[in-house]
Amino acid sequence: MIIQGLAFYMFAAIAIASAVMVISSRNPVHSVLFLILTFFNGAGLFVLLGAEFLAMILVVVYVGAVAVLFMFVVMMLDINFVELRQGFLNYLPLGAMVGLILLTELLMIVGGWHFAPEATIVGLVPIPEGVTNTQALGMVIYTDYIYLFQAAGIILLIAMIGAIVLTHRTRSGVRKQRISDQVKRRPADTIELVKVEPGKGI
Amino acid sequence: MSSVPNLAPALPEIFLAIIGMALLMVGVFQKKTDNDGEVRNARMISHLGVVAFVLTGLLVFTVSGPSLSTFSGMFISDPFAVYFKVLVLIASAMALIIAQDFLEQHKIAKFEFTVLLIFATLGMLMMVSANNLLSLYIGLEMQSLALYVLASFHRDDMRSTEAGLKYFVLGAVASGMLLYGASLVYGYAGTTDFVLLAQLFEHSPETGSSLGLIVGIVFILAGLSFKVSAVPFHMWTPDVYEGAPTPVTAFFAVGPKLAAIALFIRVMVGPFGDLVGHWQQIVVLISVASMLLGAFAAINQTNIKRLMAYSSIGNVGYALIGLAVGTEAGVRGILIYMAIYLFMTTGAFACILLMRRGGRMVENISDLAGLSKTHPLVAAALAVFMFSMAGIPPLAGFFGKFYVFMAAIEGGLYALAIIGVLTSVVGAYYYIRIIKVAYFDEPGDPLDADVGRNIALVIGATSLAILLFFVYPGVVVDSAAAAAASLF
Repeated sequence: MIIQGLAFYMFAAIAIASAVMVISSRNPVHSVLFLILTFFNGAGLFVLLGAEFLAMILVVVYVGAVAVLFMFVVMMLDINFVELRQGFLNYLPLGAMVGLILLTELLMIVGGWHFAPEATIVGLVPIPEGVTNTQALGMVIYTDYIYLFQAAGIILLIAMIGAIVLTHRTRSGVRKQRISDQVKRRPADTIELVKVEPGKGI
Repeated sequence: MSSVPNLAPALPEIFLAIIGMALLMVGVFQKKTDNDGEVRNARMISHLGVVAFVLTGLLVFTVSGPSLSTFSGMFISDPFAVYFKVLVLIASAMALIIAQDFLEQHKIAKFEFTVLLIFATLGMLMMVSANNLLSLYIGLEMQSLALYVLASFHRDDMRSTEAGLKYFVLGAVASGMLLYGASLVYGYAGTTDFVLLAQLFEHSPETGSSLGLIVGIVFILAGLSFKVSAVPFHMWTPDVYEGAPTPVTAFFAVGPKLAAIALFIRVMVGPFGDLVGHWQQIVVLISVASMLLGAFAAINQTNIKRLMAYSSIGNVGYALIGLAVGTEAGVRGILIYMAIYLFMTTGAFACILLMRRGGRMVENISDLAGLSKTHPLVAAALAVFMFSMAGIPPLAGFFGKFYVFMAAIEGGLYALAIIGVLTSVVGAYYYIRIIKVAYFDEPGDPLDADVGRNIALVIGATSLAILLFFVYPGVVVDSAAAAAASLF
């Protein structure tokens, strides 16, 4: 129990600290790296909660895709972050208000638990006996909902085909490297021996 | 642990999905050195696509028989589904046959057209077989997504891209409404399964008349009305039909309508059959409004594709009469009507595809002037389709309307039948005007003479089907009766 407690405080503290660093570091690349650190710590918290599937998804989707995308945007586009931060004080009241509303909402939810303790029980989904929740999810998706799951896959395939059909153009004049053509090239095809008479050009 | 689901009832769908992916791979890995190679590739894939539709049709017949449901009740294969699957496959195959020449002339012959058409058809088959609100939605989305892309397939053409974008935005709104309705139904009834919903409403009518559930049903109705383009959810139809490439429009006017009407019938008669008192008046209203708008708004049209769009709105109105009746005879009427509608509309669009002058498409009704001199056979076929749509006996269109109106009279909805007859008289004006232009107007510049073999084949087959329907109507009427009986 004490190890779990320690682990929780470690993950929580690092998550909060790196979240603060995300918005306060001067270099945007550092911001993205701190964001990834935050995600990893969030995943750690999920593992502590027994939701290992969520933890895996968080790492795979957020670290693997979203953060890399952010990094891509930050490095590819020349966004002047100093300029973006200039209106900080002007927007502070608005930001503070949004933060306050969020805080009130959180307090209301937690306050609700205080007055009606049975509400927390209702909100919990029963964890199936004897299997991990990854296995339980897989059993539902691949047995009861296999039809919908596969059909959804085909829909994504259609979306991909559609995007390619509507946007892909074969431009003329682009020199592509074709390895097979290069390998097939024979000296006879390309080298021409010309006998040059002495004293004359070609 | 449950075992592997029974795949046999879904065999046609599984086959079509695999063929679609296989053709995608064949198309992608084919060597395309130049433009000619790409066109050849597209043509080969298109032929293979037609073969795939025929094979799928044969597979559909192997699963015809008693009702079977599989995938934990999400998917059902019954005579009703088999009937509509055959119609949808015929529509897709004919659309693919008439499309190839057009695509090559407009330099948009790409093999993805066939692949997208196959996936759209797959979505339609899944819609027809849906037995759960979830599978309904997934099938509908699969169909729609492929159709959005097909609408803007001519991507360098402003009108085509506009049509695709419009269809996408409005279609997404309609899907949202449908999904919202489904979530309300789930919230108030506690299940999305059609069989369980039907049992629930049969045994506890008070659940069925709760306000939230009624609102949910209305939202589902609105979403489905959009997909069949019934008034007041029809606004997208003329623009999309006009802008989309003509073979795609031909497909839009038939395939998705068939599937969406099938879905409409299954949802209303199946799970919500016991709540007929709640939805009947809505369907009556939609039906009357569609018939009126289809008849009157088409009169002023000069563009033949827009005219066909309004005509299709009107036709949906007639078909919905059968649903408003809510009886087995009414559903049988819709099934016969849709089968005949499939042949009439595809044939008419095949004629429209021939409206080219100097290699460019012309779309005005006045361009048809002199058609009887330059293309006597095409003009005759066009006359058959238009007379049939106007409902002149002994052509097939007359019988379609006859069965629907008879069902309305038997069901006591006299007003609906009378409005239907009156609006079809109004409709006859603009259908027969097309024949008048083709036969009696002063000819202008002649249309291009070459009629492709594929289009000629489709025109010939559909016009014969319309002409000779009265000789042997049993093949359609009996299977429609069996299909309708399986729902009740």
